[in-house]
Amino acid sequence: MSGFSITEPSGRQKTIAGVLVVTYALITLLPLLWIIGTGFKSSSDAIAYPPKVVFEPSLEGYVNLFTTQTRQSPEYLEANPPENWYEEIVHDKGMVIAGASRFGERFMNSVIIGFGSTFLSVFLGTLAAYAFSRFRVPLKDDLLFFILSTRMMPPIAIAIPIFLMFRAAGLSDTHAGMILLYTAVNLSLSVWLLKGFIDEIPREYEEAALIDGYTRFQAFRKVVLPQAAAGIASTAIFCLIFAWNEYAFAVLLTSGTAQTAPPFLPTIIGVGGRDWPAVAAGVTIFLLPVMVFTILLRRHLLRGITFGAVRK
Amino acid sequence: MARRIRGLSDRAIAWIFVAPTIVLLLAVNIFPLIWTIRLSFTNYRANRPNAEVSWVGLRNYERILTDSDVWLTMQATAHFLFWTLFLQVLIGFALAWLINRKFKGNDLWTTVIVLPMMLSPAVVGNFWTLLYQPQIGVFNHVMAFFTGADPQQFSMIGDVNLAPWAIVIVDTWMWTPFIMLICLAGLRSIPDSIYEAAECDRASQWRQFWTITIPMTLPFLMLAVLFRGIENFKMFDLVVQLTGGGPGNVTTLTSIDLKREAFEKWRTGFSSAYAVILFVTVFGLASIYVKALNKVKER
Repeated sequence: MSGFSITEPSGRQKTIAGVLVVTYALITLLPLLWIIGTGFKSSSDAIAYPPKVVFEPSLEGYVNLFTTQTRQSPEYLEANPPENWYEEIVHDKGMVIAGASRFGERFMNSVIIGFGSTFLSVFLGTLAAYAFSRFRVPLKDDLLFFILSTRMMPPIAIAIPIFLMFRAAGLSDTHAGMILLYTAVNLSLSVWLLKGFIDEIPREYEEAALIDGYTRFQAFRKVVLPQAAAGIASTAIFCLIFAWNEYAFAVLLTSGTAQTAPPFLPTIIGVGGRDWPAVAAGVTIFLLPVMVFTILLRRHLLRGITFGAVRK
Repeated sequence: MARRIRGLSDRAIAWIFVAPTIVLLLAVNIFPLIWTIRLSFTNYRANRPNAEVSWVGLRNYERILTDSDVWLTMQATAHFLFWTLFLQVLIGFALAWLINRKFKGNDLWTTVIVLPMMLSPAVVGNFWTLLYQPQIGVFNHVMAFFTGADPQQFSMIGDVNLAPWAIVIVDTWMWTPFIMLICLAGLRSIPDSIYEAAECDRASQWRQFWTITIPMTLPFLMLAVLFRGIENFKMFDLVVQLTGGGPGNVTTLTSIDLKREAFEKWRTGFSSAYAVILFVTVFGLASIYVKALNKVKER
């Protein structure tokens, strides 16, 4: 499988390769580290010229991200001293916390729509993948290709009718509408990936179960599902990452109640122009789960992004 | 396997399992697509649902194909496609080739390189605007350090000449790992025995690279280019957040133009025709490309 056996690279070659790759990796990492760092800067440090590499950490960005604030008169501020550390941060700028910002709400929408559509697309995908893997479905190859081709559709090309359909069905700007839409978009990935995983489970297991008197359903539930669990889990994470990151449909079809975080983050504006620490804090909170998943998922990565189109 | 053991027949189960997927895809993909095609022959406007709608035949198509602004966005898209694919193939293949040498810790560094492509393009575009800020942005200062220019003298996203490169840089940062991963799969699919045979024939490393490594990874590389090409042709989120199509119109790619026509100017019929044209273009180019790809595979 791996590399060259006779032409095994020499130690020196390996070192050069290692140095080049690590250099590229560090360049890749820099923008991410910069944005995470900016989340912990004070607003003055964030817009310092030249940019500050060393700074005193501050949670100002995170406080600003989760709260809305109003300016108050010196008298009011004196009469209402801050009660805890986050009120103190805001108080120092001559302001008081008026309430929660909409970030929490938007973030929750991302969670609801992300997990809802992931559950549905993995559920439907598992059923379809099982049927395609095990039964003689008429026009099987055509159906599979049809399912794959839906992934190639540019969102903008179908956004207008979906917008009109959703408006007519009362689904526009609702969680249910977005869940259905993302489920449909993710189904191609989920069916193709899961079919690959289920194909690898030997049929003999189920046949033995059927001979033992299980029904098809029981064999599916008690034999196939546990065997496919790892595959189902990694498929779920890929679906979740897609729904989590999606922007085009979200910005076109949601405005208030069901808006997810990606269209919302760019709209964070502070009192005097963009509040970069708050934006960076929001971005960090939003990116972290995906970064963690990526690290956990690295073994399944290739299969997930190409849905098995590249055989290993 | 068509046997019947208590409960439903296999055939019935197959249908029950497949039907929801097909129904949902028909409803959310195929039906809207047909609707888009239908709308493209009308002068319908989605913000005036009660206005009278009339058929205009091919007039929308005619107007798009003769509109010089549309051709400019096509050019911007072609420029973006060419440079992103060129840079990503070059760097992606080189990285895969290096990583294939299995140096110490390459798993960890590969994961680091892969991170950007797992992130949300819109959010990535948004935070790169901070890095690109004319004075406070760190990107200018890094560039200034290497080139000796004055960091205050240029703005990547505000300059007509630099903005197209600003989006090329971010897209390359984000998607080179994709090409890299697929090339890596290609490199690992080459059996050792071929290199062993070449070694016996006393072929030089250089010759082995050009006669074995390159041809055998080419189908993988072409597949990666196909995926990236389709994605970048419909590129929307990253660029909208990064430059919003500006300054002027220099980074207005076709999807951004289409979005403006459809959801800002509300010329629904016109933009549907626009969408159909883009869709046909992608599929046309993709199928020609796939034919070429299959030829390469057969060799």
